Amino acid sequence: MSVTTSAPAGGAAGKIQESLFSRTGAMLVMAVSTLYFLTPIWWLFVGAGKRSDEFTSTNPLWFADFELFANIGDLLEYRDGVFLRWLLNSILYTGGAALIGTVLAAMCGYALAKYRFRGRELLFNVVLSGVLVPATALALPLFLLFSKVDATNTFWAVFLPSLVNPFGVYLARIYATAGVPDELLDAARIDGSGEVRTFFKVATRLMFPALVTIFLFHFVAVWNNFLLPLIMLSDERLFPVTLGLYTWNTQVNQIPELRGLVIVGALLSITPLVIAFLALQRFWRNGLGAGAVK
Amino acid sequence: MRKSLLSAIVIAALALSACGSGGDDDEAAGGSSAASCAPSSGPVNLTYTTWIPGIENVVKVWNDKNPNIQVKVQTGPNGNGGTYQNFFNQLKAGNTPDLGHIEYDALPSFRVQDGLFDAASCDIVAKAKDQFIPWTWNQVSLGDEKSAYGIPQDSGPMAMFYRADLFESNGIPVPKTWEEYAAAAVKVKAAGGYITNFSQSDINQFAGFAWQAGGRWFANDGRQWTVNLTDDKTKKVAGYWQDLIGKKLVSTVPPWTTEWDNAYNSSSAWTWVSAVWGANSIMSGAPKTAGKWRVAPMPQWNAGENVAGNWGGSATAIFKNSKHPYEAAQFALWLNTSEEALALLNKEAQLYPATTAGTKYSYLTNPVEFYGDQKIYEVFAEASTQVTPDFTWGPTMTSTYTSASDGFKAAVSGKGTLSDALTAAQKSTVDTLKSQAIPVKE
Repeated sequence: MSVTTSAPAGGAAGKIQESLFSRTGAMLVMAVSTLYFLTPIWWLFVGAGKRSDEFTSTNPLWFADFELFANIGDLLEYRDGVFLRWLLNSILYTGGAALIGTVLAAMCGYALAKYRFRGRELLFNVVLSGVLVPATALALPLFLLFSKVDATNTFWAVFLPSLVNPFGVYLARIYATAGVPDELLDAARIDGSGEVRTFFKVATRLMFPALVTIFLFHFVAVWNNFLLPLIMLSDERLFPVTLGLYTWNTQVNQIPELRGLVIVGALLSITPLVIAFLALQRFWRNGLGAGAVK
Repeated sequence: MRKSLLSAIVIAALALSACGSGGDDDEAAGGSSAASCAPSSGPVNLTYTTWIPGIENVVKVWNDKNPNIQVKVQTGPNGNGGTYQNFFNQLKAGNTPDLGHIEYDALPSFRVQDGLFDAASCDIVAKAKDQFIPWTWNQVSLGDEKSAYGIPQDSGPMAMFYRADLFESNGIPVPKTWEEYAAAAVKVKAAGGYITNFSQSDINQFAGFAWQAGGRWFANDGRQWTVNLTDDKTKKVAGYWQDLIGKKLVSTVPPWTTEWDNAYNSSSAWTWVSAVWGANSIMSGAPKTAGKWRVAPMPQWNAGENVAGNWGGSATAIFKNSKHPYEAAQFALWLNTSEEALALLNKEAQLYPATTAGTKYSYLTNPVEFYGDQKIYEVFAEASTQVTPDFTWGPTMTSTYTSASDGFKAAVSGKGTLSDALTAAQKSTVDTLKSQAIPVKE
């Protein structure tokens, strides 16, 4: 009897211990990963506050003189404030493309999910195969195409190709299938709502968390798309911030002062991404889960 | 809604492709008329792609003075960082700028792609030849006396930056030959420093050493290329540095990094045999050592000789597609020979001129405070006359550099030798030439 009573007790204790153990392990892994991901950002923050002659001579992970604001001032003044222009360009390319791209992806995904028509699966598979083609492989053909029409080195050369987002279509279809009940659409139709109106008034509301996810993915993808602007643009005033900073960075051998500006610029250039993520994370996290369980 | 949007896109695409075919015809017509170097009538607009910092200020001077020849500056990352690739793409698409900034070591690759206009057919260019330091002209004529695939812009004659204070306080004589340099390296190590940092990934410094020693990596007889990365002279240089690396007498920090700067800033590296533009690198990378550096001619292989190497330098090239090669040549000549432009280029981007007169302009004869008020540019002006002229670059330098620098990196970590790296680079260069159907002698 003592055996039967102690056995479950021992088992329970073992379970608690095990979960404590695995929990500590998980926490440890999390802590290490957090450190791993945050250290570069910390380095960037610390570096951005240093004077140029302090990069080499001071601890890279701790502050020297804190000159962040003076450095930002230098950055904004350099070459007539071209950095601000780059930041603005990035926001236009990225925000604009993500916004329109999300709407296109949503409409496309919704149509694929909710309408039955011939060749639907084929069309979907074609779109899906677009996910597999890396953007870098498309950059050169796009350049040649835009050259044909004398449209390289324009805003549109970067903006237009950024609009499409096959992965967004894929996500939108899955969310629309799971999250927009046919019954609701039928009800809307009975109430006399047209298809377009139903899509914008009913479906998009239901798909909203998914749309935020698509928007964020698209936003980050365009923000980081470096090769396309590199190939298309030669007018400095059209550069997105990534290309601009890269350009400066390749000139560091010649003008070593640029190193400091590149670091401050990098810090400022990730700020919009951080803001976008923090502002949208509530929707985004919901969106990730939506459609997973039905 | 979606349907109408789609059809709008399709229509737009059709319209675009229609313009495209029209544009093509125009280009073909323009291309044939641009073969000779005749002045255009009427106002001319030129585009010029370069990554020289602050170049707009120089071009503005030209634009103010030449209302009929307006130059628009375009920019991008440095050549190997992407701009050369862009030039190649633009050659394919037929929309290169009129003028482009191309380093000497990349000119042959544009030449074999037939992308460059031979500016020697412009009488103004042919006449200007004598203004340039002979070896710089050789870099743009690519072995053919009667050609000029660019106007020489800047040069990188080499000399030795050294810490005068450390050499003196440790009683070590400043080396004049490579033999003395190796001997000094031992003493410097004993004093707790390194004589220099051997650049493990930037092959151009090594190329400068080989150039000085008489190594000739490439030759082109008009029919085919000869590749010779492993000639005796180059092997001698490789063996020399291999010895220093093996004995741990030089540090091998990757160049152009903060550790590298720090080695100089913290006085652990005592010399740097580098090009004229290195003066600025030390100034900004090692500010704590202000006033302690001096410049001397680079060490010689034989006592009493005066031979210098070169590291860097570039040309202003005119692309074959340019519809106004004459005006482009006018601008390029002004940019690279006139005192006002050269002075501005030096001020904005520390470019060191390729003209004989340029090296003697007043802004290059002043004492430099960081170097203890030494007139360091006089040393480089002297060196620029001592660079041997007949060093030729190959048409696939990117692959040569990649292969060699992989081998160099391995060599400094004890796997293989510099000589092995050059042998591998020799092989991969020949292979690359063959794969691009460029005739090569084996």
